[in-house]
Amino acid sequence: MMQAAADMPVWAAIAVAFFLLVGSGLALIGAIGFLRLPTFYERIHAPTLGTSWGIGGVMLASMIFFTVSSGRLVFHEILIGIFVTVTTPITFMLLARAALHRDRAEGNGNVPDKQNKSQIAKGVSDESESWN
Amino acid sequence: MMLPYPLLTLSLVLMWLLLNGFTPGHLVLGILVAVFASWAMASLRPDKPRLGKWYLLPKLFRIVLYDIVKSNIAVALIILKAGRRSHNPGFLTVELDIENHTAIAVLAVVLTSTPGSAWLEYDSNDKTVLLHILDLGNEAEWHDTIKNRYEKLLMEIFA
Repeated sequence: MMQAAADMPVWAAIAVAFFLLVGSGLALIGAIGFLRLPTFYERIHAPTLGTSWGIGGVMLASMIFFTVSSGRLVFHEILIGIFVTVTTPITFMLLARAALHRDRAEGNGNVPDKQNKSQIAKGVSDESESWN
Repeated sequence: MMLPYPLLTLSLVLMWLLLNGFTPGHLVLGILVAVFASWAMASLRPDKPRLGKWYLLPKLFRIVLYDIVKSNIAVALIILKAGRRSHNPGFLTVELDIENHTAIAVLAVVLTSTPGSAWLEYDSNDKTVLLHILDLGNEAEWHDTIKNRYEKLLMEIFA
């Protein structure tokens, strides 16, 4: 039986509000950081606030709210958390490696060179990519 | 073989039931979907991860969850003070001992979902990973965290 939000017990309302505020607050701070941090490599850290505890807080709030209001255990939100966590690094690495490639090719900034000790030692050409 | 990836099949069934609600009909449908999906996975022939000390997984999970909370707070503070340049961003190269692809993937997920450290690129030729750290206060400390806190545990789990 679904209850209206106003009928929730106080402890549940406080917990839901807390996690919702923490989650959305972190997502907001992440967005601000994305705007304000000076370099690309620093900016790339900011959205991970939203993808870690940002999503985590909203997820917990949703789980508590629907579990309490519908009177049965609701936790399929956990799937959102799992999939966001597992897929973020893919986009992330794609962006970061594109930026690294560009910066190395154009020689701007103090980006570290590709480590090619072993490539020099083995005489392998510079074209080889990692993950092969 | 009937079920090439039992763990994957089980997770898919669980996911199906979580998404659709538990009814006998959905259980049957979910099992069908999961079995066909794991056959499809088998035809891709990925490296099969060997779980050694799987009972250490909750420990890894606890450590990572704690670190994520800690670094969330740290990064949020850095962003709020961004105008004053209070942090010291920098690149860090770490040589890894783990070679198992699954373990490396888990390490990449851990380091990426911990705000403040970003996994940029892994070089399988010399087994080094290039990271970008938002606040590289003490380089040796970061090195130590990755090598001793995460990598050692991962090597035991994916033995």
